[in-house]
Amino acid sequence: MIFAVGVATGITMEFQFGTNWASYSRFVGDIFGAPLAAEGVFAFFLESSFLGLYLFGRNRVPAWLHWVSILMVALGATMSAFWILVANSWQQTPAGYILDPVTGRPILTSFAEAVFNPSTWPRFFHTITACLVCGAFVMAALSAELILRGKAVAVARRSLGVGIVAAAIFSLLVAFPFGDLHARQVALTNPEKFAALEGLYETREGGAGLILFAIPRTDPPRLEARIEIPWLTSLMVHGDPHAPIPALDSFPPDRVARGAELPLTFLSFHNMVALGMLFIGLSWLALFFLWRGTLHQKTWLLQALRYSWPLPLAACTLGWMAAEIGRQPWIVYGLLRTSEAASKSVTAGEVLASIVMFGVIYALLGALWLFLLYRKVQHGPEEVA
Amino acid sequence: MEATGLQIAWFVLFFVLIAGYAVLDGFDLGVGVLSLFNRSDAERRLYINAIAPVWDGNEVWLLTAGGALFAAFPPVYATTFSGMYLAMMLVLLGLISRAVAMEFRGKVESATWRRVWDRAFGLGSLLPTILFGVAVGNVLRGLPLDAEGEFVGTFLGLLNPLALLCGVLALAMFVTHGAAYLACRTEGDLRERSLRTAGRIWWAWAGLYAAATFYAWFDAPTLFATSVGRPVFWTLLIVMAACLGGFPIAVRQAHVNRALVLSGTAIAATIGLCAAAMFPDLVPALAMPSHSLTLVNSSSSPLALRTMLIIALVGMPMVLAYTVFIYRVFRGPVRLDEHSY
Repeated sequence: MIFAVGVATGITMEFQFGTNWASYSRFVGDIFGAPLAAEGVFAFFLESSFLGLYLFGRNRVPAWLHWVSILMVALGATMSAFWILVANSWQQTPAGYILDPVTGRPILTSFAEAVFNPSTWPRFFHTITACLVCGAFVMAALSAELILRGKAVAVARRSLGVGIVAAAIFSLLVAFPFGDLHARQVALTNPEKFAALEGLYETREGGAGLILFAIPRTDPPRLEARIEIPWLTSLMVHGDPHAPIPALDSFPPDRVARGAELPLTFLSFHNMVALGMLFIGLSWLALFFLWRGTLHQKTWLLQALRYSWPLPLAACTLGWMAAEIGRQPWIVYGLLRTSEAASKSVTAGEVLASIVMFGVIYALLGALWLFLLYRKVQHGPEEVA
Repeated sequence: MEATGLQIAWFVLFFVLIAGYAVLDGFDLGVGVLSLFNRSDAERRLYINAIAPVWDGNEVWLLTAGGALFAAFPPVYATTFSGMYLAMMLVLLGLISRAVAMEFRGKVESATWRRVWDRAFGLGSLLPTILFGVAVGNVLRGLPLDAEGEFVGTFLGLLNPLALLCGVLALAMFVTHGAAYLACRTEGDLRERSLRTAGRIWWAWAGLYAAATFYAWFDAPTLFATSVGRPVFWTLLIVMAACLGGFPIAVRQAHVNRALVLSGTAIAATIGLCAAAMFPDLVPALAMPSHSLTLVNSSSSPLALRTMLIIALVGMPMVLAYTVFIYRVFRGPVRLDEHSY
C-alpha cells in the first residue's frame, strides 16, 4: 500500500522537471538527465518488476526466489536513492562540467566527477541512514502497539528487538559520522548555506558558537532569545575554536537569500537536529532495557515508542526543507537562480490550478492511506502457523 | 549539420522506449478501460488481478522514456512537457487514480467502496490513454513553436481534429490489445467474451487508423514528404499491416497468445512509423520548419550521449531478461489466492 502511493505520487516528480521547470531542464539537461535515466534503467525497473513478483508470485516461484525478489526491491530502492541524490547533489555542488561559451549552459566534461560531486557521498549516507531510522521506528512503534494490546506478542517482541537495535544503530550513524560529515562538507562547499543553517547572520570576532535555541526574525535577519555554546561550531568544522566562519553579511547580497527563506532554513535545520538527538536518547534508553530484559514491562517507554513513528518522518522532511530552502536563491548553486528556472509557456493560473488539484488529491490520499493503515494495524498480523 | 551516429542512436532508442511503453502499459490501460463496461464485481476483480503483478513495471517504461528524453534531448523534453501542461496534469491525475484504486479497492468490505474505486481505476485508465493519443497526434502535426523552441500555443489548440482522431485511435488500439491480454489470462466464458470484444474493437482500430492516416495526408503533409522514400518506412508499414491483418484471424482461431503478440507488434510498428515519418524532427514546428526541434539542434553533448548509451547498453538487457522471466512466471489464467487484490 505504501509502495502504491509512493509510485503514484513519484511519477509527478519525474514529470515536474519538464512541466514546471522547463527553463531549468533546458539549462541542465546535458548533465541532470543522465542520473534520472539511470535511475529508471537501474532502479525503477528492478524495484517495480520484482515487487510484482514478490506480492503476487508466492505460489508461482520457489521460496528462495520469492526471498530474492524482496532483496531486489530493496536493492532497487537503494539504487534509486543513489541516483536521485546524485542529481540533487549536483544542484548543490555542481561538478564535472564547463560552461558553453555560446549558450552559457553547463556541458558535461566528466561523468564520474558529476556523479561523485563533493556532496554525493555525505548526502547519500546521511539520507539512507535517515530512511533506516524511519523504518526502524515504524517497526518499533507497531511492535509496541501490539505488545500493549496483547496481540501476537511473541512475534511483536522479536520485531521490537530488531526495531530497537536498528533504531539505536542508525540514529547514531545518521548524526555521527554522517550528519557531521555532511555539515562540514556544506561549510566548505556552500558557505552561504552553512551560515543560514547555523544562524550566522553577522560577522563576529573570533570563532563561531553553536546556537542551541533562538527565535529567528527577518528585516533585518537576526536571532532573538539565543542560547549558544561559544566556539563549538568553529571547533566542529575546523577543529579550532577560534577559526573564523564567514557569516551571511560577508557575501555579496545577490548570492544570499534575504526573506522568509532564512528563518525557515534555520528552524528546519535546528528542529531536525533536535529530533535526531531525541531519537538517539529514546532508542538507546530502549536498548538499555532490552539488554536488561525488562523492556516489555516498561509500559511508559512502550507508550512513547508507540507514538514515536511520525517524528523520524518529520525529521526527514525538515532535513529536505533545510537542504532545498537553504540553497536559495539558487536552483543550481552558483549557476542558475530559481527565479530563472520556471516554465515560460505555463501560466500562473495553470500552476495554481495544478497545485490545488494535487493538494486536494494528496490530502485525500494521505487521509485514506492513514485510515487504511490504521485499520490494518487494528486488525493485527495473521497468526503465524 | 549532419546527424551523428550517437544522435541517431538516441533518436531510435527513445522511440524504442516509447514503443515498449505503448505495448506493455497499452494492454493494462486497455484492461482498465474495459473494466468500465463490466458489471460483475467478481470479474472486475479478475481484470485487476490479471495486470496486478506487471502494471508497475510497465509504467516504468514511461518514466525511463521521459528520463531518456530529458538526458538526450533536453529542449524536446522541456518544450513538450511544459507546452502540454494541462494535458500532462490530467495524465498524472489518471495514473495516480488507477494506481491507488487497484490497491485500495479490496481493503474495505463494501460493494459501494469497491464500485467507487473500480470507477476510478477505469476512468484513470481511459483519460491517459486518450491523452497519449492526443499528444502523439499533436507532435506529429507539429506544435506552434517560437524561435527559441518554446511552445506558444494554447490548450484548446491541442484539441484539433487530427489530435482527437489519434486520441480515439489510441483508445481503440489499447482496448483491443487489452482484450487480447485478458483472453490470455482468463478462462472459460470470460475468455470467449474477451476474444469477441477484441475482434469487434479491432474494426474501430483498423477504421480509425485508415481515417487518421487519410486525414494526416492533408493536415500534415510534411510527414509523408520524405518518409515515403525510405525503405524503413515501408518495412514498418508492411509489418504493421500484416500484424493488424493477422489479428482477427488469430482471434477467430482462439490463438490467444498469437493475438496478443500481433496486436503488440502492430502497436510497436505504429510508433516506429511515427518516428520514421518525423525523422529527423522530434517536434516539428507548426508552419515554421526552421523552428523545429531536431535530433541535431536539440541533442545533448556527445559525451553525455555516449555515457547514456553505455548506461542503456548495460542496463536494458538486464531489464529485458527479468521482464521476460516475470511474464513467464505469470503466464496462463489468473488464479485468485489470499494475496490477490
